[in-house]
Amino acid sequence: MSLFPDCPLPLDEYPRVLLAHGGGGRLTQSLIDKMLLPSFDNPFLAPLHDGAILPLDGQRLAFSTDSYVVQPPFFPGGDIGRLAVFGTANDLAMCGARPLFLSCALILEEGLRMENLWRIIVSMKEAAQEAGVQIVTGDSKVVQRGKGDGVFINTSGIGTVLPGVEVGPQRVRPGDEIVLSGPLGVHGIAVMALREGLSLDADVKSDSAPVFPMVRALVEEGIEIHMLRDPTRGGLSAALNETANKSSVGMVIEEERLPVSPEVQGVCEILGLDPLYVANEGNFIAIVKEGWGERAAELLRRHPLGREAVAIGRAVPEHPGTVIMSTRIRGERVVDVMSGEQLPRIC
Amino acid sequence: MRYLDEYRDGAAAQKMLRLIARTATRPWTVMEVCGSHTHALLKYGIDRLLPDSLTLIHGPGCPVCVTPVEIINQAIAVAARPDVIFASYGDMLRVPGSGKDLLSVRAEGGDVRIVYSPLDALKLARQNPDRKLVFFAIGFETTAPANAMAVFLAERDGVDNFFMLTSHVLIPPAIEAIASSPDNRVQGFLAPGHVCTIAGYTQYEALAAKHRIPIVVTGFEPLDLLQGIYMLVKQLETGGHEVENQYARSVKREGNPQAQALIEKVFEVIDHKWRGIGVIPASGLRLKGPYARFDAAKALALESPPSEEETVCIAGLVLQGVKRPVDCPAFGAACTPEHALGAPMVSSEGACAAYYLYARREETPA
Repeated sequence: MSLFPDCPLPLDEYPRVLLAHGGGGRLTQSLIDKMLLPSFDNPFLAPLHDGAILPLDGQRLAFSTDSYVVQPPFFPGGDIGRLAVFGTANDLAMCGARPLFLSCALILEEGLRMENLWRIIVSMKEAAQEAGVQIVTGDSKVVQRGKGDGVFINTSGIGTVLPGVEVGPQRVRPGDEIVLSGPLGVHGIAVMALREGLSLDADVKSDSAPVFPMVRALVEEGIEIHMLRDPTRGGLSAALNETANKSSVGMVIEEERLPVSPEVQGVCEILGLDPLYVANEGNFIAIVKEGWGERAAELLRRHPLGREAVAIGRAVPEHPGTVIMSTRIRGERVVDVMSGEQLPRIC
Repeated sequence: MRYLDEYRDGAAAQKMLRLIARTATRPWTVMEVCGSHTHALLKYGIDRLLPDSLTLIHGPGCPVCVTPVEIINQAIAVAARPDVIFASYGDMLRVPGSGKDLLSVRAEGGDVRIVYSPLDALKLARQNPDRKLVFFAIGFETTAPANAMAVFLAERDGVDNFFMLTSHVLIPPAIEAIASSPDNRVQGFLAPGHVCTIAGYTQYEALAAKHRIPIVVTGFEPLDLLQGIYMLVKQLETGGHEVENQYARSVKREGNPQAQALIEKVFEVIDHKWRGIGVIPASGLRLKGPYARFDAAKALALESPPSEEETVCIAGLVLQGVKRPVDCPAFGAACTPEHALGAPMVSSEGACAAYYLYARREETPA
């Protein structure tokens, strides 16, 4: 008799973990659905939101965690430290919560330059101030040279859910409007252009930033928010598809309305990438009650990070679980989840 | 964005669609040979905007898809060797060989790297003189000049640890094979703009004359495609069989002579097997003369035992334009991009991937 229950992922298909299992696409989803969710099953995990909402002494606490492995660790407009603070703070904001406290665990590779570590730590300190959070506990480990990739960071965070706010896929209804707070693909392209050694005429700098102030602005103005998501790994496509799936609604977005800068579009053309699949930081999607989309976008545009906020589409009763994009030439296409890594193409 | 937005303009596209609808008075069947055309047609939803009387057949123009399984197996075998760095265009990594793909080789510890250019692969070879660098040189006429350049430089500079595993194919012989097949239904061809940028289109003139069939060299943006289709329909309606050049901003009749000279210097034309289709005469390229020693298959003695193909998969029929991806019993069920039975499901130019990504809704209602 085997000591362990049978592995729920078909071993004949994937005897080993592939990079694509971490790419945010369908393989990541199957890892979560088949291995993680059934094993850890509980009502707080089940919604699979960016964080868990925990009732505690009449308060609602949001709790989230994320690990950061970005390569290279320094890129135009930011670094791994800044990302580690804003990323988790933003996951809390996507629960409708004010981010308050973070933990910080560092996994360092033997040989990492001390001055680089220091740059990262200073950057985390500044980012924490900017995001209004305190780093209150931490850990550090060093692994042998060759057993890590310079530096990995994990941060976990807690925050308090704003009064009256209840967000989650179960609240999304047909008719709801989808608002995007900022331009697509800026962070992902900044990192990828550097990785591929593309020298660009125009700088593309990561727009990594804390988004809580924008969420708060929407809440304070009484916008009825049904769902919040930051389209990080897997891009806008993954965020919309996951939400459409869990909410059992269809979605329709308009290509013409998507804010994509000429620089990002240009790099995407060169590398054969689609901005819909490129990772974002510093923006988020708010799904708001029918009739409130334009008002929400207008409120966001008053914020310096939300200048390009725009209502991009809506939830519909048709084709549940599927996202359709009306293209610029007024054709229609399905916006699917990326199936693995977004691989550069041949020609 | 300048030079792109103009070719994605909604109002201009509507106008072109009306022109096509007015011009097409009878049913016509045309083939877009190139996989990038197939993807653009589905990505912009053009296939659903065209009049019903117009049938588009997707052609074999996907180099990833037509690379023989024997060569994929050679790639998988050599990539697993500890003394080898295997460099490839990203597209090839998920293509199923017999049993596994290059991504699995990487997960098992093989040194498999994605490069954007064969010159990057050559650089890797120079940086790692104690290891063998094998570059997976596949593609149509478009990638041949850069691949030829890499070998040319390796020979000139004596980079002896650089090798190429080649599966190079040529478009005109494939059009010839389709047009002369007894079951051919295709009445006009959209020819690939980027291939013609290199090779020119004089060879297509011979094909058009021989088969009395119109051919339009076409670009890749929505308006390019719509205009190319319009030009083709106009010829069909009037009985024309000329080669027309829609993509004149990139393609000249004689192509790029420098690039052609380099290809001829390094490669020779051979009969080549296309995966799913079979051997097409004079349709492939092989390293020749002083460059033959960079041929990985020879230099590293790679074996290529005949390999079995998946039996359910109808990739061959899809590549020949005989069947559509959705006609396959495995489409979207046993065969998905995560677990593909055939190469057209994983390539960014593969017809099955295009249907799976952009057009699944109508085929498999949720």
